[in-house]
Amino acid sequence: MPGPIKLLLQRWRALRAAGVLGMNERNISYIGAYNDRSLFPLVDDKLKTKVLAQKYRISTPQLLGVIRTQGDIAQLESQIRGAEGFVIKPAKGSGGKGILVILKQEDGRFQKSSGDWVERLYVERHLSNLLSGLYSLGGNPDVALIEGLIRFDPSYSHYTFEGVPDIRVIVYRGYPVMAMMRLSTRSSNGKANLHQGAIGVGISIADGQAVKAIQHDRPVTHHPDTGQLLSELRISGWTQLLVLAARSYEMTGLGYLGVDLVLDQFKGPQLLELNARPGLAIQMANGTGLSLRTRIIDEYLLQLDHETETAMERAASAQRLFAAGSELFTATETETRCKDMAALATK
Amino acid sequence: MLQKTPHLRVTVVVMYANKRLFWTALILILIGAAHSYYRYAVHHVPFLPGTYSEFWDVEAKVEFVARGTPVSVRLTLPRSQPGFLLGAEHTASSGYGLHISDQDSRMAEWTIREVDGPQVLYYRAQFQVDDAGDSVRVGQPPRIQPVIWSPALETAAHQLLTEAWRESADPFSLARALQQRLSSRNHQHVQLLLSEYSLAEVMVMLLNQADVPSRVLHGLSLEDGRRQQTLQPIVQVFSGDHWQLFDPATDLGQRETHPFLLWQQSAMPILEVVGGYDSRLTFSMLSTREPASSSVHALAISDAVLNLSIHSLPISEQAIFKIILLLPLGALVVVMLRVLIGLKTAGTFMPVLIAMAFLEMTLLTGILTFLLVVGAGLVLRQFLAYLNLLLVARVSAVIVCVIGLISLFSVLSFHLGISDGMKMSLFPMVILAWTIERMSILWEEEGPRDVMVQGFGSLLTAILAYFVMQFPWMRYWMFNFLGLQLVVLALIMMFGSYTGYRLLELWRFKPLMERSDARSD
Repeated sequence: MPGPIKLLLQRWRALRAAGVLGMNERNISYIGAYNDRSLFPLVDDKLKTKVLAQKYRISTPQLLGVIRTQGDIAQLESQIRGAEGFVIKPAKGSGGKGILVILKQEDGRFQKSSGDWVERLYVERHLSNLLSGLYSLGGNPDVALIEGLIRFDPSYSHYTFEGVPDIRVIVYRGYPVMAMMRLSTRSSNGKANLHQGAIGVGISIADGQAVKAIQHDRPVTHHPDTGQLLSELRISGWTQLLVLAARSYEMTGLGYLGVDLVLDQFKGPQLLELNARPGLAIQMANGTGLSLRTRIIDEYLLQLDHETETAMERAASAQRLFAAGSELFTATETETRCKDMAALATK
Repeated sequence: MLQKTPHLRVTVVVMYANKRLFWTALILILIGAAHSYYRYAVHHVPFLPGTYSEFWDVEAKVEFVARGTPVSVRLTLPRSQPGFLLGAEHTASSGYGLHISDQDSRMAEWTIREVDGPQVLYYRAQFQVDDAGDSVRVGQPPRIQPVIWSPALETAAHQLLTEAWRESADPFSLARALQQRLSSRNHQHVQLLLSEYSLAEVMVMLLNQADVPSRVLHGLSLEDGRRQQTLQPIVQVFSGDHWQLFDPATDLGQRETHPFLLWQQSAMPILEVVGGYDSRLTFSMLSTREPASSSVHALAISDAVLNLSIHSLPISEQAIFKIILLLPLGALVVVMLRVLIGLKTAGTFMPVLIAMAFLEMTLLTGILTFLLVVGAGLVLRQFLAYLNLLLVARVSAVIVCVIGLISLFSVLSFHLGISDGMKMSLFPMVILAWTIERMSILWEEEGPRDVMVQGFGSLLTAILAYFVMQFPWMRYWMFNFLGLQLVVLALIMMFGSYTGYRLLELWRFKPLMERSDARSD
């Protein structure tokens, strides 16, 4: 067999053994199999997600108001009265586009997150553009969400440059299987988007401790702008956060879900948005394949038989199943582990 | 229950879907293969485009001087005949109304209310040389005209006919014997007859006298590349259901082997001009060779199944299908590159359309134009971004500017003498404008890095699709074996259910293979 093909086959087998999920398999065996297309609008429209989240008592950033038409822009005042700062978001935006963060308002003037003061006209024009679809996918007319400001926990400020870091949890059939924190950098323009150069830090499901970090799909140890050692990152209130993520499953009915959360200093974890087509870079950030984790959940659900667990129980089970060291399991080890568990369950 | 049932249902659905997909693909492939074999076995379409057939392009040029009154020009048109199959026809006649009638003889009638001065009308037809030559019906034999010779000629005619009659057995051999005698002009009797009639007339009269139906028709002796040719008379001799042509002017012994194309199939005037004078009818002809495939449609046009297929369409429309039928191949290339390799392209179908634009522009000019125009369009987009326009307005503005740019490039390359440079036709232009729109939206939504990645991914895919689509055998197969379209469809379906790694993922996920030592701290 010629060398290059042999090398490719070797890599193929190594990735299979490491349980790495590829794009084709994700599309067909995960999104295609577990995510009903008719449910997609629930997560693609942030307003719908928010209404749903409130119904399921999942804490999200406070909704101050919704601006639906150009005529509504005049009523902005009544919606932001009493709030010190606020955030304007397009309901159907993506990749953090069209989000305007106002830290303070004073005498009809507004302070942006960069510290600059702008006039009311600036905010009005932003809203007007947003409504006519400047930031929405394909330029379709949109709706603006006015949200309360998130007071980001300052203990993480060393880990990020400008923007607010968020936590992505993959929830598979209701169980949190993998998590990472996304830290914005100078090269990502303060956006927590891995695609644009943000850092992804893999977080252990068991205890919220950093496992590994990557930037542009390759490992890094320190934040390039703040110099912070990334392995020291540990998320407090981790179990609470996992429970919140797990509850999104009941809320949406999507079996393969990306849950984006943010940590508020006073209110704890808040649901930012949901994603029905979560990316695969989270595997790189955790240094392990998603299939390994989902196989453990599949086996575990078989053990459970027809019993169902509450979101709290599921979060706890996930923490137990993915306890320290589980990243080092290979596929065969996973199988023996599953058998062990089966034996335990029958006892 | 909540977790259990969806899983079971899902696995069942996935397995079922795969099985159903397998059978669907298999059935499609079988139907496709069966149809292709049918084409091969029944319609005799060769699997390899190795054989070529000969085509004759014949152009008739009608010239006359108009008097400034209503003008009507009637030209007899040829039909398919043994040895030749009539293919595409074109006319060129600015300002004239044209009516083609097809009763006992085919006629083109050009009409115009008022015209003055020298006029030129063109009629052009393509004939395919058909050696089998038995698929066209035989014309009606003409009625035998009573022959009355003037007393001075009667003896000569009688003697000539008796000699020929004695040496012959049937109408054709009689005609051959007469031709032999008539072509040697020094014969005393022949000279006498020719003083009053033309050669062809004499021959027809003699044959009629012997109760053999025959008539004088006009046609062309085909010689490659000849121009300013005129029609020649020829004698058509009937024997029951068959007829043969005899040229009384050529001697049998030294007969040249030029094929003869009958321009008329009944003895009618060839050209009638009302409202003009000095009319002339001249012909030019050209021989070409093309793959045999394109001939098959005409040969088997009577086949009922084939009549419903695109091969029964006029040649000009088939030419469009020749391109359209290549699109599935391009789509297959896109699916393979995206699913197997993991190449990112802007849109699914766009690379195929770019490849089609390349087919029209040739590859090198196509790529250069693509890079130049798309690049310029994106730079323009940057300038327009400062104006803070809405997306729709911005993309439209970019397209307007790009069309200006394309015109500028065309003018520049023309004046710099790069004749091959920017051969712009409507179709590639539309595709380029659309590409720029897609790229601009992509820039808005994902940023410049994605524009680069997807732009070059699309270009690479388009180049590969171009090579597949311009490969002559592929073109031949896709057009002549429509069943292959189903096979392509089946392949696309199969690639669509592939869950393995994409080739580029083997690099992307490489760090995950070295997990033990890649763990930080």
